[in-house]
Amino acid sequence: VSRSASLNSPARLGSMLSWRRRVSLPAPGRHKGRIPEWHTETRTDIRTVVQHAVGAGPPHTTCCDETDTGAVDAQPPELRAMSRAPQSGSKDLAPVGECKRCPLLLCGLGGPTMFIKGPFKTVIDVSSGNLHSAGIKPLTFVRQVFAACLYPQLIKSNKLPADVKQRAQALLEECAGGSVGSYTPTRGIPEVIHRISQFITWRDKGAASNPENIYLTPGSQWNILKILVNRLASPGTGILTPVPCYSTSILSMNLLGAILVPYYLDEENGWELHVQELHRALASAKGVCNPRAVYIINPGNPVGQVQSKKSMQEVIQFVYEKRLILLADEVYQDSIYTGNSTFYSYRKVLSEMGPPFSDTVELASFHSVSKGFIGECGLRCGYVELVNLDPSLKDYIYKLFSKDSCAPVLGQIAMDLMTNPPQPGDPSYSLYEAVSTETLPCVSHHPVNGGAFLFPKIDLPTKAVQKAKVVKLNKHQQPDTFYCYRLLEETGVYACPGSEYGQAAGSHHIRVCTLISRDVMEELLTRLSKHNLSLAHLRALEYSLLVSH
Amino acid sequence: MSQQRENAVSHRDKVLTLDNMNPFVKRVEYAVRGPIYLRAVEIEKELKEGVKKPFTEVIKANIGDAHAMGQQPITFFRQVLAICSYPELLEDNSFPDDVKQRAKRILNACGGHSIGAYSASLGIECIRQDVARYIESRDGGIPSDPDNIFLSAGASDAIVTVLKLLMYGEGRSRTGVMIPIPQYPLYSAALSELGGVQIQYYLNEDNCWAMDITELKRALYAAREHCNPRVLCIINPGNPTGQVQTRQCIEDVIKFAKEERLFLLADEVYQGNIYSEGSEFHSFKKVLFELGPEYSNTVELASFHSTSKCYMGECGFRGGYMEVLNLDPGVKVQLQKLVSVRLCPPVPGQALLETVVNSPRPEEPSYPTFIKEKTAVLAALAEKARLTEQTFNTVPGIVCNPVQGAMYTFPRITLPQKAIDKAKESGHQPDMYYCLRLLDEEGICLVPGSGFGQKEGTFHFRMTILPPTEKLKLMLERISQFHQRFTQEFS
Repeated sequence: VSRSASLNSPARLGSMLSWRRRVSLPAPGRHKGRIPEWHTETRTDIRTVVQHAVGAGPPHTTCCDETDTGAVDAQPPELRAMSRAPQSGSKDLAPVGECKRCPLLLCGLGGPTMFIKGPFKTVIDVSSGNLHSAGIKPLTFVRQVFAACLYPQLIKSNKLPADVKQRAQALLEECAGGSVGSYTPTRGIPEVIHRISQFITWRDKGAASNPENIYLTPGSQWNILKILVNRLASPGTGILTPVPCYSTSILSMNLLGAILVPYYLDEENGWELHVQELHRALASAKGVCNPRAVYIINPGNPVGQVQSKKSMQEVIQFVYEKRLILLADEVYQDSIYTGNSTFYSYRKVLSEMGPPFSDTVELASFHSVSKGFIGECGLRCGYVELVNLDPSLKDYIYKLFSKDSCAPVLGQIAMDLMTNPPQPGDPSYSLYEAVSTETLPCVSHHPVNGGAFLFPKIDLPTKAVQKAKVVKLNKHQQPDTFYCYRLLEETGVYACPGSEYGQAAGSHHIRVCTLISRDVMEELLTRLSKHNLSLAHLRALEYSLLVSH
Repeated sequence: MSQQRENAVSHRDKVLTLDNMNPFVKRVEYAVRGPIYLRAVEIEKELKEGVKKPFTEVIKANIGDAHAMGQQPITFFRQVLAICSYPELLEDNSFPDDVKQRAKRILNACGGHSIGAYSASLGIECIRQDVARYIESRDGGIPSDPDNIFLSAGASDAIVTVLKLLMYGEGRSRTGVMIPIPQYPLYSAALSELGGVQIQYYLNEDNCWAMDITELKRALYAAREHCNPRVLCIINPGNPTGQVQTRQCIEDVIKFAKEERLFLLADEVYQGNIYSEGSEFHSFKKVLFELGPEYSNTVELASFHSTSKCYMGECGFRGGYMEVLNLDPGVKVQLQKLVSVRLCPPVPGQALLETVVNSPRPEEPSYPTFIKEKTAVLAALAEKARLTEQTFNTVPGIVCNPVQGAMYTFPRITLPQKAIDKAKESGHQPDMYYCLRLLDEEGICLVPGSGFGQKEGTFHFRMTILPPTEKLKLMLERISQFHQRFTQEFS
């Protein structure tokens, strides 16, 4: 037996993924839902299947950790913790299971080979907002600038439009040594930050943005939260978090040691955010943790609601009164579909509200090159703008970011191009305009207002729910995960189960990415319409998609 | 009215203040981008605005950033990446066939044939396989399993991830991590943030910064009094010290790690930067296997590599990988989960890594240019390493070990007592004071030894050897003159 088993046994390494904190999650009151904690297992679970299906690399991980993901859910939290900590009896342990290469073999739904036999040749992946993977073409202008920056000889050639060459030349002059291969300053290329700041000022038509408050980040935005969340604090640091919520956000906050305090979006009313619900959530945290921030995703993910200005004002009023920091995830700000919805940034609304709000409420606002019409997820770049933060924190934030050197340079350039696209009169303008509006054709009559996803509710028959429970031998499976398996198996359509994002107890959803090319959308609809699932409730999804066209 | 007025009088206290921020973050220090660097940026700005200085440009020798110092990228890499970004260039006849083939191969492995799509969290599968083959050929055929390869955003990302995984316990049971002194400040910064305990072991300056088992034991046993030592970090070739560990030394360290039940972290990002006659890079993985199954089946090891160093110097792409060995399977699953939080490493960096681990072969059209460029970069670095050592060792008060590898020199400087007193008066570490003066007077940006750690009472600075040869000569001369002037001033 390897000595590693004892030295680094999962139990001993579990502290970073602490169960203790999850156990003390406040009771969600009248909603009987819960924040899902080990959502990556369900995700990995189904993702592994797809990997085998398409014969490609695993979309997220090669192995999956599905141990007891479901079974323990039925137990009281204390028991749950104990069932996961047989070795020492401590509650401070992470649930870890054996690495299982293919969960399908285990759960009796058939092996990877079923895909070869299946009535389809490809899997349609609508599980994540991976735009280029879903057939959306990169923007020509952006990619031409990249090419010229990477291989500056192209600037001298006649293969690229004049504005592309000028842009690339100017950007290279802003890079140390004229190369995108050099490090940039910690916060990013100064000139790029400056232009992003101008973009923000222009977007918000009013309050001037200060470049000093902007940090380019390598995709993941969570670095800044480290300044707030001390994993060892007692009571722990609480963050009010929406349900449903983007699953990576949940995991990121959990890993930092934050305690998530769920507030529920109102599904009956277009997933609206009610400030009364924030009050309820805050009250529920009493005696459990020390709530210090509210996390808001607007436009929403996985639900595509766009917050009204009035609702945002209420939220600002709330965080002002309750002395909370506002974390505004605004990465879908370019994805607004219905004419009667408008995106307002929190910093704009904040500034319009005037004092005492505008000069006190502490806000971190996030944006990214992964979404919108540019969709460059693979480049891993975003920014965070900090508003009203205590200036004395600046040095520490700087050091925190310095440790990661800098955001990937091509990503920084993408951010520059996204926020400062070609202007009328530039050679690249007409193509850029045409393509960037073309990118979102499928969603022009979207049943939701914004974001990249549909999150339809599916009514599962009791029999299906029971079947889900027994299907994985002695392991419980979330009913919506079971549903997604079947959907994948029978149609090759890969959607994500709602349980990854959190949902009111007893309700089931699936998340479908709608930022896909028209071809893919047509294929998707064809498959769904031909499909004769025993779970007839697939129609809910079909309907949503049809409405959107 | 701007809502971000920095000095605005607020109506009430901030929600987040110095007093209630995460105390672990407060302890983070990162000298490489610290006060000297920030002052250098300021001075550059002043120069631009026309302020008169005794110099016309600032030479930033603080950070291992080859391209910033004028090193040209390898043509093959950049051609492939240009096509990956803009595949229409496949129609362009000016690109060699092997470049096009390679770009096609990479694009085929990307979702939607775009480097703008998310990849798998562990990295693109076929590139992980390529990395494994690359490691095998580096280590003379010792097998490498693609399942053990994790692509990362530069080596830093992977190092911090593994450290996170190793953090455990509270109080006396907290994880202790042995780090060399001098060390690269990423380690101390990450440990401060994660709440791990630093166990400092000193490299032997008198023996070319070699690792010393007696010293490792001393540090380990002393640390057992107050924490639970579980990890041993090695940087080889050394940063900031430029030494290359001998095979014997690595063998001893591995035996020590096995005996004391330590998890090995081998930071090997400078593995392609070896200059000294007689020095050779031995990977920990290779030596581990050569010691036989008793070791190769048990000792847990994570080793790191990056596209930022060696002859590539492509820091801006944030490309890199780690190989893990003998990890408990359950822990490996946790590691996979941990990396999935950041979704995926930057894909252009992964594409670059592909070209690095599959560099052009002799029969391919790009080979002649590639090998010429690669050899030129490495030869120039070797020459600069030699030049640096020689020049510094002629200056009274500067003692410099040979730069056997990596990209830095870490000479010891003798500072007069009066200078030390003066520094303390102005609230600086003596070597910080020295470096600030050097920057102000000569426009040269170095990092003081105190940012890396050094034996009590000794003083050093780290300087990269990356500037172009002529500029380097000038820089060495100016530092030498400054040193003599500085010594005189305080004698």
